[in-house]
Amino acid sequence: MSEPKDCLPSHAYGAQTYPRFMPVGDAALTVEFGDVILAGIHAEVLALDMAVAAAEVSGVTETAPSYRSLLVCYEPAEISFGALVARLRPLLTRPAQPAQRSPRQWTVPVLYGEPSVTDVDEVAGRLGLSPAELVAMHAGADYVVYFVGAAPGMPMMGGLPTALHLPRRPQPRPRIPVGSVVTAGSQATVISIPMPSGWHILGHTPIRPLDLSLPDPFLFRSGDTVRFRPITRVEYDDLTARADRGETVVLPEAAP
Amino acid sequence: MTGPHLLAVAPSPFVTVQDGGRQGWQRFGVSSCGAMDMRALAAANLLVGNPPGAGGLEFAYAAGEWRLNAASCRIAVTGGGFRVRIGERTLPPWRSVTLRRGESLQVDGGVDAVWGYVAVAGGIDLPRQLGSMSTHLRSGIGGLQGRTVQAGDAVPLALADAPGGPEQALPPPEKDAGPLRVVLGPQDDYFWAEAIETFLSAPFTVSPQIDRLGYRLVGPTLDHAKGFNVISDGVVPGCIQVPGDGKPIVLMRDCQPPGGYPKIATLVSADFGRLAQSRPGTILHFRQVGIAEAQLLRRRMVAAMAAMRGELAMINNSVRFRRPVEQTPR
Repeated sequence: MSEPKDCLPSHAYGAQTYPRFMPVGDAALTVEFGDVILAGIHAEVLALDMAVAAAEVSGVTETAPSYRSLLVCYEPAEISFGALVARLRPLLTRPAQPAQRSPRQWTVPVLYGEPSVTDVDEVAGRLGLSPAELVAMHAGADYVVYFVGAAPGMPMMGGLPTALHLPRRPQPRPRIPVGSVVTAGSQATVISIPMPSGWHILGHTPIRPLDLSLPDPFLFRSGDTVRFRPITRVEYDDLTARADRGETVVLPEAAP
Repeated sequence: MTGPHLLAVAPSPFVTVQDGGRQGWQRFGVSSCGAMDMRALAAANLLVGNPPGAGGLEFAYAAGEWRLNAASCRIAVTGGGFRVRIGERTLPPWRSVTLRRGESLQVDGGVDAVWGYVAVAGGIDLPRQLGSMSTHLRSGIGGLQGRTVQAGDAVPLALADAPGGPEQALPPPEKDAGPLRVVLGPQDDYFWAEAIETFLSAPFTVSPQIDRLGYRLVGPTLDHAKGFNVISDGVVPGCIQVPGDGKPIVLMRDCQPPGGYPKIATLVSADFGRLAQSRPGTILHFRQVGIAEAQLLRRRMVAAMAAMRGELAMINNSVRFRRPVEQTPR
């Protein structure tokens, strides 16, 4: 039989101490920095991710950041759980400024309300905004890529203005196209593979978050910052044609 | 197609190309994929002289009917007690056999397993995407255009001729009926102590809802103490997540990182293949082990897989052709 557990979940005793190290089976662990989605917590996740990469910890096979934790996969034949935790702890030095990194800034061109199905009018109506106000607010915000996931190459972004938060659609669509610029709840993303989705479609971009024909198939990385730029149908068609020819239609700048 | 290939004449509905998996891309939202039963894939590969993690065909319950369009090809079928038919001959699994041009291969009749493997000597000649041949159906990556094998598909072979040397056999793995071992967490603190006790003592049944993404289990409801929404975080195959209905789902090879339900425990690597091979209706028990024991079990599993090469036994070819070994499904 197992050891008896505490009768109450740890939460009931009050604040949890972070960061904490939790085994995820015998070949991975999670370093958790908090229980909420916050830019400061996410910065700690990315700082550890970079520190682990820089330290080249032997036995670590891959790492994957998410909102508030870092998944560290390792080979237990090379390093035990205990030894890995001991190796990771000194890497947890909190950076004075969250960005010793140089985040990349993307400007993503978006044709709002076109060319295929969109929810701009419906979402604007439910939020008590005009379609133009909705577009201005979505395109006026600064977004941070918290992590790339949920689908290959898909940037899960925070930064959506509170006035645009809206729960998912009750009925997911069976398939929405690549390049759909979507929101749900407090999150925003760009669809990277054709997929079923209950997210709200505000527009479409010619850029491809995932292109397996490229040496680096993934456009976005955790920590990148993103803005959306409204474009006309003419520019959309032009950029789409260029993207179809394999041209790069958008490049990142170094953020200020 | 004109190159040497295995033609899918009437493949079963769920055949994909899988190999040792796609490591290193979780940070970009790419699942690790790979064979559901890595040991069985490794066995099939060893039988035909391939590296253990080479790409092979993975099927569920039966592989269907295939035909060789190449001079010859050595193959091996593993995973369970499947019936392997080459033309008119019926052979047991867990051994290699050489097909001649135009011969048909049919694999069915497995009663003790879910996933089976067909390895071909020299390997499948498909490009690797992100370092692997493994098919991820949901994102359309790897394998044959990221999808299941369909009737009429040609699976390209790296070799036009079977290699020389005797055929090989391996003993089928011993059945282990003991409880599946788990390491608690990472979110066991989302559950009441009673729920964890129930999880570690009650029987759970494999439901009919099983696939490469996850296995739904039927059993007592596991009550959450802190609600069932966690902020999505990293998952690995073997994580046992419990959604709002309190019914556990074991995440399998194609699971999508990250995941948003509390994970009560994670299956040890050494028992992953055993769960994967558990058919709907199988009754399971879980037993908690500490991280040190789980890692010891994993080292033993790695050692056992490395030792498999030493268990290969040659088969006398003349005997094989005069007295084909008959096997009927039990």
